[in-house]
Amino acid sequence: MTDQRDIGGPRQPLLQVRDLLKHFPLKGKGLPFTSPRSAVRAVDGVNFDILKGETLGVVGESGCGKSTTARVLMQLINQDSGELVFDGETVGSRALPLRQFRRQTQMVFQDSYSSLNPRMTIEDSIAFAPTVHGLPSREAITRARDLLARVGLAPERFAGRYPHELSGGQRQRVNIARALALEPRLVILDEAVSALDKSVEAQVLNLLLDLKQEFGLTYLFISHDLNVVRFISDRVLVMYLGQVVEIGSSDQVFDQPKHPYTRALLKSMPSMDPLQRTMEAPLAGDPPNPINPPSGCRFHTRCAYVQPVCSQRAPTFASDDSGHGVACLRYEADTASLFSSEASHA
Amino acid sequence: MSTLQATAAITSANPPAYKRSRGHWANVAARIVRNPLAMTAAVILLALIGIAVFAPWIMPADPFATSMFTRLKPIGTPGHVFGTDELGRDLLSRLMLGGRLSLFMGITPVLTAFVIGSGIGILAGYAGGFINTAIMRTIDVLYAFPSVLLAIALSGALGAGIVNALTSLTIVFIPQIARIAESVTTQVRRSDYVDAARASGASAFTIVRAHVLGNVLGPIFVYSTSLISVSMILASGLSFLGLGVKPPEPEWGLMLNTLRTAIYTQPWVAALPGAFIFITSISFNMLSDGLRSAMEVKQ
Repeated sequence: MTDQRDIGGPRQPLLQVRDLLKHFPLKGKGLPFTSPRSAVRAVDGVNFDILKGETLGVVGESGCGKSTTARVLMQLINQDSGELVFDGETVGSRALPLRQFRRQTQMVFQDSYSSLNPRMTIEDSIAFAPTVHGLPSREAITRARDLLARVGLAPERFAGRYPHELSGGQRQRVNIARALALEPRLVILDEAVSALDKSVEAQVLNLLLDLKQEFGLTYLFISHDLNVVRFISDRVLVMYLGQVVEIGSSDQVFDQPKHPYTRALLKSMPSMDPLQRTMEAPLAGDPPNPINPPSGCRFHTRCAYVQPVCSQRAPTFASDDSGHGVACLRYEADTASLFSSEASHA
Repeated sequence: MSTLQATAAITSANPPAYKRSRGHWANVAARIVRNPLAMTAAVILLALIGIAVFAPWIMPADPFATSMFTRLKPIGTPGHVFGTDELGRDLLSRLMLGGRLSLFMGITPVLTAFVIGSGIGILAGYAGGFINTAIMRTIDVLYAFPSVLLAIALSGALGAGIVNALTSLTIVFIPQIARIAESVTTQVRRSDYVDAARASGASAFTIVRAHVLGNVLGPIFVYSTSLISVSMILASGLSFLGLGVKPPEPEWGLMLNTLRTAIYTQPWVAALPGAFIFITSISFNMLSDGLRSAMEVKQ
C-alpha cells in the first residue's frame, strides 16, 4: 500500500526526535518575579528515530519521562528546546504546520474514562476530530460508526452510549477508534493497555496489531510492562531519568541487553519457570530525584558495575552497526578498560 | 411500561435504527422529577411566580389605598385576610404585588452575573497561566469585600433606585460566579479528553464550545441558583436601608422595614413579608440542591 502522504520514502524515519528537552520549573521557590532556581528535568536531551511502519516500545520506571516525552511529541506541551522532524519536515515549520502534523499523529491515553467526554455519546466523541478538519458531520458520524465496527463494538448497540455505560476495555476501543478517526500515520499509545485486565489487554493488543496492518500505522508504544513491550515491539527504547540509555531491536534489548539498567529491568521480570525464580530485588531503591540528578552517569548510584569514573563523566550515546545503541562508559573505548571484564556481583 | 416495550420491539424490528441513549439534559430532567423535595420547591416557586405575574388581576384589594381606620388589623380580619399594614393597606394585595419586584430583584442580578461571571471564569480557567492570574487577582479584589457591605457601598455610591440596586447586586455576584467557573474550567481543562481534542487540532474556541461548556455550565448554574436567595435577601436589605425600591412601591424587604415599627402591636403581620422571603429563598436553595444531585454524572 502506498500512501501519497509518504514524502520521504521508506528509508526516511517517520519521526526524528532531536535533543528534546523539557524541564518543569518548580513553583514557590525564590522570590516572586525571579526565575526559579530548580526544575524537574523530566526530559533531558532525548534523541531517537521512529522508523516507518515499526512499533517502537518505550520502557522505564515511573517518573523517567516516558509520558512527558509522549506529550511533547503530541505537542500538548511545548519542549524547551530540541526539534521534531516528521517525515523529513520540521514540525511547526511552514512545510508542516502544527495542525497538519496533528492530523497525522494521534494518541491513546492511559485512563480510558477521563479521556472521553462524559457528556458526549461515543460516536460524537469519535466524530469530533474529523469535523474539526472539515468533514461534514453526517459523514463524520458514518466514519465513527465504521470505526466502532472495526474496533469490535457493534455501532447499532454502542454508537449512542455514554462512556460510563461501557467497560474499561470497551472504552479503550473507543479511544483507539477516536485516534484512528483522523487517519493518522503515527499513533502514540501511552500506557494504553496498562489499566486493562489481562484477558482484555490481550484482545486490545491483538486489535492494535490488526489495525496496524490494515491502516499501515506506526506505533510508539509506551509501557512499563516488559512482556507486553516485547510482544508488540519491533524495537525498544529504554529511558532512565529523562534520558535514553539503550535502544535496539526487541531481540537485542531483551536477549543481549548492554546497559546495566536494562539488565536490572529485565531481571525484575518474573520468570515463567519456578526454578528460575528471581531471588533478590535486582534494583535497590527508588530512582534519584530528577530535580537534582546524579553527576556523571545518572545510573551510577544504583549500578552494579559502578566505577569511580562513572560519577565524573557522563556517557555519550553510541550505536553499533546493527543499530544497537547504549549510553554507558563500559562500552566507550577509552573507559572500557576501567571496568573489570565481568563484574563480580553482576 | 407496556409502551416502552412496544417501542423497543419496533426498534429491533428495524435494524438500521441506532439505539441512542437519552441526552444528558433529558437524564437530568428525569432525575429531578423523581426528587420530591426539589419538586415541592419547584411547585412553590411556580405558584409564587404565577401569583406575582397575575397579581394585578387577582389582588383582593387596592394595595395603595390607605385608610386611617383600618391600620394594623390582625391576620384574619374580614376583607383583609393577611391583615393591614401601618397605613391601613391590604397586606395580602401588597405581598402579591410585591412578589413581582422581589422575585425580579432576586433573579435578574444572578442571571446577568451568570452570563458575565461564567464568561470571565471560563476564559481565565481555559487560558490559564498569566491571563488566569491577572483576571483572578482582579476578581479577588472584589471578592475580598463581604457581599452585604459591597452591595451597600456600591448602591450608596450609585444612588438609590431599582436599576442601581440591580447593578450593584450584579457586581457583587460576578466574582463569586467567576471563581466557581474558573475552578471548574481549570479541572476540565486538565482532563485527558480536552488534551485529546487539542491533539486533534481543534481551536481553543471549538474545544470550549464542544467539550468545556457542557461540563462546566451545570455546576455554575447550580451555584447560581443558590445565589438567587442571597440576591433576594440582599435586595430586601437594600430596600430596607432605603437604597433599593422606594415607597409606596410594595417590595418584601421594604415592607419588612416599614412594618418593623409594628412588631409589638401586630407581630404576626409584621413577620409576613419576612416569611415570604424565607419561603422563596429556601425553595430556591432546595431546587438548586436537587439540580446538583441530578447533574452528577456516574463515574
